[in-house]
Amino acid sequence: MKKNRDRAWYALFTVPLLIIFSIVVIIPFLIGIYYSFISWDGIAANPKVFVGLDNYVRLFQDQRFIQSGWVTLQFTLLALIIVNLFGLVFSMLVTSKLRVRNVARTMLFMPNLIGGLILGYIWKFIFTDAFRNVGEATGWTGFFFNWLLDPQYALFALVVVFAWQMAGYTMIIYIAGIQGIPDDVMEAARVDGANLWQRTTRIVFPLLMPSFTICLFLTLSGAFKIFDVNLSLTGGGPINSTELLAMNIFNEIFGYNRYGLGQAKAIIFFILVAAVTITQVIITKRREVQM
Amino acid sequence: MNKSVKWLLEVLLLLAAVVFLSPIYIMLVNSFKNRAELYENVLSLPSSFSFQYYSEAIDRMNFLTAFGNSLYVTITSVVFIVVLASMTAWMLVRTDNRLSRIIFLVFVSTMLIPFQTLMMPLMQVMDWIRSNTGIPMLNTHEGLIFMNIGFHASMAVFLYHGFIKSVPIALEEAATIDGCTKFGVFWRIVFPMLKTITVTVAILDVIMMWNDYLLPSLVLSSTGLRTIPLATFYFFGEFTIVWNLAMAGLTLTIIPVVIFYAFAQKYIIKGIAAGAVK
Repeated sequence: MKKNRDRAWYALFTVPLLIIFSIVVIIPFLIGIYYSFISWDGIAANPKVFVGLDNYVRLFQDQRFIQSGWVTLQFTLLALIIVNLFGLVFSMLVTSKLRVRNVARTMLFMPNLIGGLILGYIWKFIFTDAFRNVGEATGWTGFFFNWLLDPQYALFALVVVFAWQMAGYTMIIYIAGIQGIPDDVMEAARVDGANLWQRTTRIVFPLLMPSFTICLFLTLSGAFKIFDVNLSLTGGGPINSTELLAMNIFNEIFGYNRYGLGQAKAIIFFILVAAVTITQVIITKRREVQM
Repeated sequence: MNKSVKWLLEVLLLLAAVVFLSPIYIMLVNSFKNRAELYENVLSLPSSFSFQYYSEAIDRMNFLTAFGNSLYVTITSVVFIVVLASMTAWMLVRTDNRLSRIIFLVFVSTMLIPFQTLMMPLMQVMDWIRSNTGIPMLNTHEGLIFMNIGFHASMAVFLYHGFIKSVPIALEEAATIDGCTKFGVFWRIVFPMLKTITVTVAILDVIMMWNDYLLPSLVLSSTGLRTIPLATFYFFGEFTIVWNLAMAGLTLTIIPVVIFYAFAQKYIIKGIAAGAVK
């Protein structure tokens, strides 16, 4: 009797969310695998033709997709380094004993709250008009020109905006890590004559490994999946040179109406994201030390 | 440390933070300038503060409607996520059997699936539901809220799960002996103790859903239903050359975020740290 009642409570508490979750995530994921084996243009009246692994063969011959994957890799690597470098430096500055640290922290975190789409638009104005304007005024046209017209610089522009958004976020996580380091450990090192550089590299960094694991994971998966900033800042241009994977998939499906091929790309994208982030977590976890 | 060096560091840090936020400054000053003034110098302060572009942007973006839509969708979604995820996570922690562990594992492992992998089949599922049951899942706020709950369920369950494991069970047992039902135990005793993690879940979800563009762009097609990111996208598409008007529009979209930040700063920063460390 009691057992049945417990089961009923269990169902009452979990089933509502499980139903919604299944409809929104599980079922689409499973039928997504099926869609990747068919050829279809998205119009309900038109037939869905089973083509086996054809889509998977085609996507590896798709130059634009390969190029997009390559650019995404470059973007992710650059973003990873810059975001974490700035996040780490910021966190060390605002955990110092300076009086302006709280104001600085508030200001440095702010861009993270603004959506990627809107950030992209703000920076679009800066990279096009503000840069040109400053270039004309100062004569430094080698740096201050319209970055969005040059394929290489347009990619750098994406990195800058992503870093601007994410640096404050990683800063918060590094701050939590730094504050978790016990004072007596630092004090002991100081008494033993370790200088600032030694204290930072030999004590702070090893003890920060858990924070590195989290920050690298968040920037890695965030950079890989970036879409909003890509859409509003460069729109994939000039001439598709900054079309990152998420946008390439979106265009394939909803732009060119190749639903099967686009879904096959989306499956490959999932495998790539999962493989890269899991590998990273395993590697950095192994380097974490116990106190 | 030397006193003058310390002052220099103070000034340098403040200066770095100000330079960091200069894009916001550029957006703000240019939203007041007329075209000639804007092209002359983008960095200077405006010669006069007229709110002409703001009132025009409010009109063209249908800003007040978009704001109301965003507010409705975000708040409703967050309330549902908090209620459903906390209940589910509590049951999963307190009923330690194989089924609970499998359910939890499924929640956690799906967190790695990118939205791009789900978006197209999801739209097919929603379309199927609409044509077979008549429930309007597409082009309604309620449909969007439903999908928001599904997408943010994993992370919320994960965060609650980790937190509930550290909550002592003794109080719950005492209440059960006193004749409280499971429902009563959860809402009267457990839920109030989850306040810190509830704040974290709510803040993370508010930030993500308020700023989300892609999902609403796929779900909502009527102009009147647009959320702020959608309204911004269409507005910008139309006025991309008219920078002063565009900057006024962008400033408008940021005002609610700044107000939210000003009031909840402490919770936001704590919530972000707590959410990430878990």
